[in-house]
Amino acid sequence: MNAIRKPQVRGNRIKELLMKVIFLSAALFSTAAVLIICLFLFARGIPAINEIGWLNFLTGTRWKPSDVPPSFGILPMIVGSVYATGLAIAMGAPVGILAAIFISKFSPPKIRRFINAAVGLMAGIPSVVYGYFGMVVIVPAIGRTFRVSGASLLAAGIMLAIMILPTIIQLSVSAIDAVPATYYEGALAVGATHEQSVFRVVVPAARSGVLSAIILGVGRAIGETMAVTMVIGNQAVMPESLIRGARTMTTNIITEMGYAVDLHYDALIATGVVLFVFILIINFSFSIIKNRGIKYDGS
Amino acid sequence: MTNNEITMEEILGHDVARDLTDDAVLDIAAPLSDKIAFEIRDLDLFYGDFQALKNVNMDIRQNAITTFIGPSGCGKSTLLRCLNRMNDLIESCRIEGSISLYGENIGGNNIDVNMLRKRVGMVFQKPNPFPMSVYDNVAYGPRTHGIRSRAKLDDLVESVLREAVLWDEVKDSLRKSALALSGGQQQRLCIARALAVRPDVLLLDEPTSALDPISTSKIEDLVMRLKSTYTIVMVTHNMQQAVRISDETAFFLLGEVIEMTDTKSLFAMPADRRTEAYITGRFG
Repeated sequence: MNAIRKPQVRGNRIKELLMKVIFLSAALFSTAAVLIICLFLFARGIPAINEIGWLNFLTGTRWKPSDVPPSFGILPMIVGSVYATGLAIAMGAPVGILAAIFISKFSPPKIRRFINAAVGLMAGIPSVVYGYFGMVVIVPAIGRTFRVSGASLLAAGIMLAIMILPTIIQLSVSAIDAVPATYYEGALAVGATHEQSVFRVVVPAARSGVLSAIILGVGRAIGETMAVTMVIGNQAVMPESLIRGARTMTTNIITEMGYAVDLHYDALIATGVVLFVFILIINFSFSIIKNRGIKYDGS
Repeated sequence: MTNNEITMEEILGHDVARDLTDDAVLDIAAPLSDKIAFEIRDLDLFYGDFQALKNVNMDIRQNAITTFIGPSGCGKSTLLRCLNRMNDLIESCRIEGSISLYGENIGGNNIDVNMLRKRVGMVFQKPNPFPMSVYDNVAYGPRTHGIRSRAKLDDLVESVLREAVLWDEVKDSLRKSALALSGGQQQRLCIARALAVRPDVLLLDEPTSALDPISTSKIEDLVMRLKSTYTIVMVTHNMQQAVRISDETAFFLLGEVIEMTDTKSLFAMPADRRTEAYITGRFG
């Protein structure tokens, strides 16, 4: 009898085939989900933009869906999203990166464990809770300081800066931790101090990873909806000042989706299309930077 | 010819011996400097409970090449890393005894370790250029120590790259990433980076073990050229390399220095049976 020959059991083959199909469909499910969402968005959004007119839709500064005739210009919302996200990155990125440097290179193990746990918890807090915090702490604080209502772009920016911290910190820490110890030793060996080695060799070596962390932070900030809705004021006007109310693309959708009908409804989905394109651009730059990092750092 | 006068040729075989005599740069017979750079006295080193170095006593001469040989884990790299206090990075490491550089004790808390490392440069086993341009790699040390002037840095970078015999190969790509260089070029760049802070001593931890033979011989030539300016201490696994380039050799075994003397005598007439067993390839 040949011991190497596979036993020819019919049932086993069928089982194997069946499992393959199950695994494959599980793998395809997420791809399919993305495709279906894309299809749905574009199928309803693009005709709406065509009807409104691309220029009117993207560069119009008036969003008056109930006027006769209605205006569907989402430029105020695009600008609002860009401002809120820009503010979030301007405040969140420096704090996040410095925190990551501290965690990775300066903190004693005990403190590192404590901060890691705190950051992990931060990532898990539901955004409505952040929004509540923003409503009862940040908005009134801005209101008192500037003698305005307080619900504003600045409030949304601060809110988002806090919300993107875990993303930026966790990814930056892994990027800095991944820098080979030989770089650090090489810097020490020419007489650099710990600080000089960290800031002038180790962190620059991690720059592509840190940049990816910031880009993912941008993605998180631009897509955040609930917390922003609660603090930004939601006026669909071109932002005039950081301490005045504004509206982002996400909050535009959530504020009006409940009662919109017909073209108004489709215009909101079209807003989603624009947001989706923004996210695509962000993901694309993320993968470009990642790949360049591989080429340059060899890591 | 007496029994003691064994020629290098007999020990190493014809090829190596010819290399030795043909190379004009090599001049093992030149009188060694009497000046001592490092004095190591009664040095014990522990990693936690494990004793990695046992009662090491050693003088390292100025402007000479001293090599440490011995099987893996014998403590030679550990001793090398004591000389610029790289072992400070290892928390469990404890040192007893003393090491002095030109009469000044380098142990203890009142030493500016960064200044020590500026005077005692180090090159590692695996070439570790920073992921930045060739120029910035060399300029890193001088910038760290406060040199900001563009003209001064330009001069310094060129002169150390020439010293490291790398200038002609990289002068047109000073702004390119150092990681694009070959392994041998990277290692010479690391030597240049170490030289850029004008150290007294250069420590080399198996600098050629990751390199091909041609790159290796370039590094060896370079090291021999450098000894007129610097004191060189090198760990190597390659005994022929020790013979080719070093003035003095120390043989390590299980944390002890079994013997240390001029390279020629150590390989020709080892005083200790264990040295003889190692260099004739009976273990290690």
